[in-house]
Amino acid sequence: MSTRWRLAGAVAMISIVAAACGGSSATNAPTTAPTTAASTAASEAPAGSGSEAPSQAGGGAPVTVDWWHITTADPGKSDFQAIADAYTAAHPNVKINITVLENEAFKTKLATSIQAGDVPDLFQSWGGGAMAAQADAGALKDITSDISSWASTINPGALSIYQYNGKQYGVPWDMGMIGFWYNKDAFSKAGISAPPTTWADFLSDVSKLKASGIAPLAIAGQDKWPSMHLWTYLLLRIGGGDNLSQMIQSKNWNTDACTKAGDQVLALNKLDPYQPGYKSAVYNDEAAAVGNGKAAMELMGQWAPSVQMDQSADKKGLGDKLGWFPFPSVEGGAGAPTDGVGGGNGIAVGKDAPPEALDFLKFFNSVDNGNKLNTDNVGLSTTVGTESSVKDPNLQAVLAGRGAAKFMQLYLDQATSPAMGQAINDATVALFLGASDPAKACQAITDAAATQ
Amino acid sequence: MTALSRARTGNRRSKTLAIALFLAPALALYVVFVLFPIAQAAHFSLYKWNGLTPLTEFIGLKNYQVALGSGGFVNAFGNNLLIVVLSLAIQIPFSLALAVMLNRRFPGRWVFRLLFFLPYVLSEAVTGIVFRLLLQPGAFVDSALTSVGLGSLVQDWLGDPAIVMLTLFVIVSWKYFGFHMILMLAGLQGIPKELEEAALIDGADRRGAFRYVTLPLLGPTIRVSVFLSVIGALQLFDMVWVTTNGGPLNASTTMAIAMFKAGFKSQAMGYGSALAVLLFLVSLVVALAYQRFVLRRDTDGALTTFGG
Repeated sequence: MSTRWRLAGAVAMISIVAAACGGSSATNAPTTAPTTAASTAASEAPAGSGSEAPSQAGGGAPVTVDWWHITTADPGKSDFQAIADAYTAAHPNVKINITVLENEAFKTKLATSIQAGDVPDLFQSWGGGAMAAQADAGALKDITSDISSWASTINPGALSIYQYNGKQYGVPWDMGMIGFWYNKDAFSKAGISAPPTTWADFLSDVSKLKASGIAPLAIAGQDKWPSMHLWTYLLLRIGGGDNLSQMIQSKNWNTDACTKAGDQVLALNKLDPYQPGYKSAVYNDEAAAVGNGKAAMELMGQWAPSVQMDQSADKKGLGDKLGWFPFPSVEGGAGAPTDGVGGGNGIAVGKDAPPEALDFLKFFNSVDNGNKLNTDNVGLSTTVGTESSVKDPNLQAVLAGRGAAKFMQLYLDQATSPAMGQAINDATVALFLGASDPAKACQAITDAAATQ
Repeated sequence: MTALSRARTGNRRSKTLAIALFLAPALALYVVFVLFPIAQAAHFSLYKWNGLTPLTEFIGLKNYQVALGSGGFVNAFGNNLLIVVLSLAIQIPFSLALAVMLNRRFPGRWVFRLLFFLPYVLSEAVTGIVFRLLLQPGAFVDSALTSVGLGSLVQDWLGDPAIVMLTLFVIVSWKYFGFHMILMLAGLQGIPKELEEAALIDGADRRGAFRYVTLPLLGPTIRVSVFLSVIGALQLFDMVWVTTNGGPLNASTTMAIAMFKAGFKSQAMGYGSALAVLLFLVSLVVALAYQRFVLRRDTDGALTTFGG
């Protein structure tokens, strides 16, 4: 009798799992870590209150704007509330209904809402492939003409991430760039006077670091995306931005640039540069390796210093010893050495959003509010004219890199559809772990694009 | 029709009604939360679907074709199968041996019983995290091995695709051997001492008495233990997800992990549903076959046998 119960239980369990998979459909996490930036951003001053009074729009009919965001930690959370309060104070007819959600919960809830056709007016977005899927589902509003009067106040590279098929569906408020975070002491101990500017120099510096007894580069084999960014940069430097965009569009990755980028990964692998245990490491392990001085570099976004601090044994990280340099140029490559890989946070606009939601969006991205987010370390504001409010020298370096980039590639696993992003992560990590060759990796991505 | 038989019919009818009434709530729940989702999953599995757009791209059995071809379901199934085989070959006999030992009387017996059963009480997620920490390169396991002079045995326990499944098997066994041991201990205590004593008096040696008297009487318990172990191994998810995420390079991806990744990471809901249906079918076939053929004697009279 008890076994019969077990059987029923087993059947029920599988089918629930199956149903969860089939029916409820959570939106996939773009696994990359921009959210970490928001949630682990070093907490400095509490929310400031010196925000500019929004333009008075007179008393219209009462309107409610629903806004879902995922900035669960202070000071960001209270900054957002303060910005909304400032807006509603000037527009008494508008009520802003804020729902603060944890990242994963947000994705699940949003997917359900989209299926039910009940989309919030404003909500967290990372742009790229996930946003494209939402646009295809008819959940988003084309705001191209609504924001045309103030679109020029936003960093154009960041703004383009929230475009799909030539239409604007959202607006960024934070955008960073991936680069190498390095331990200055380890570099000087290895006899390296300045960070490398070419890939050949980079490889020889890796050998020098290795010889000096430190793991040159930390990656995370289990989380995959950290090493994927390295490969993306190689693609970008070797083939150039247009070529990469073309590959994403056509879903054909059997290209010269793809295999050549893979070859360079193998060249790096040959130097055995990674920290012990890199194959099963997660991103936090990677950050800990750098933060504890066990590895000399990691290729990571602007959130790296705060995560290193969190994960290091003394909770202090490298402090002054930490430096930043952009990804070096690759000899003979078609891409400009200033091109970047980056991403960040934005706000997408739901299909039924009232005009007031867009007016609020404009206010949210004012210079004053951008400065506030910068000084509170909530993000790197994308509003033109807020650059000077970034005080941290490392973040200034990131910002300079972002400013210099003529072409900014969104994190590959977010730029593509989630299925393809997953395939890219899988294929590239196989390269780094020495289980694949370049041609195979490029073919695997192409295959995945065709089948899923 | 006599009055008596009419009364009996009426009686039977009201009895049927009562059964239907009492059954209805459970049945409704079962239909809504079990049968309907299964049908839904099967339906979704025939589409290319990302979970957001309407179901429009009907692609027939292509998802299944991909899953069984390049999609890695076979690899995942193989990983589950490895755990099944190792569990049956090592974990169950080990638990049996422990149960037999702990069935003897000796001082402090309850301490051992308690200690061995403790891992089962931990959640799979906690177990996974603990072992993840212990098995990091240079962490506890490695330094323990080195300090007793076995440094040459140190491996990249969770990072080497060739051995990661064996590592996971050890973790799974560590967690569940106590449970199987308790099951068998209970079974052993249900066997009257007199039977073994009688066998010994009749001239059997201890080994013979165990082999021909105790073991057959323990049969039902062992068969249930095996059944739970197999079903558990086929549905392995939590612990592997926490410990390795199915990596490195999908070397520890189980069927449930492949399904979860497809559905929730790749957002390929149609394909994920196909994997879910395959996992369901595998478990169903194994469960039913085991019920019919192995547990037949134990469930005699308790199962409908369709005249068989």
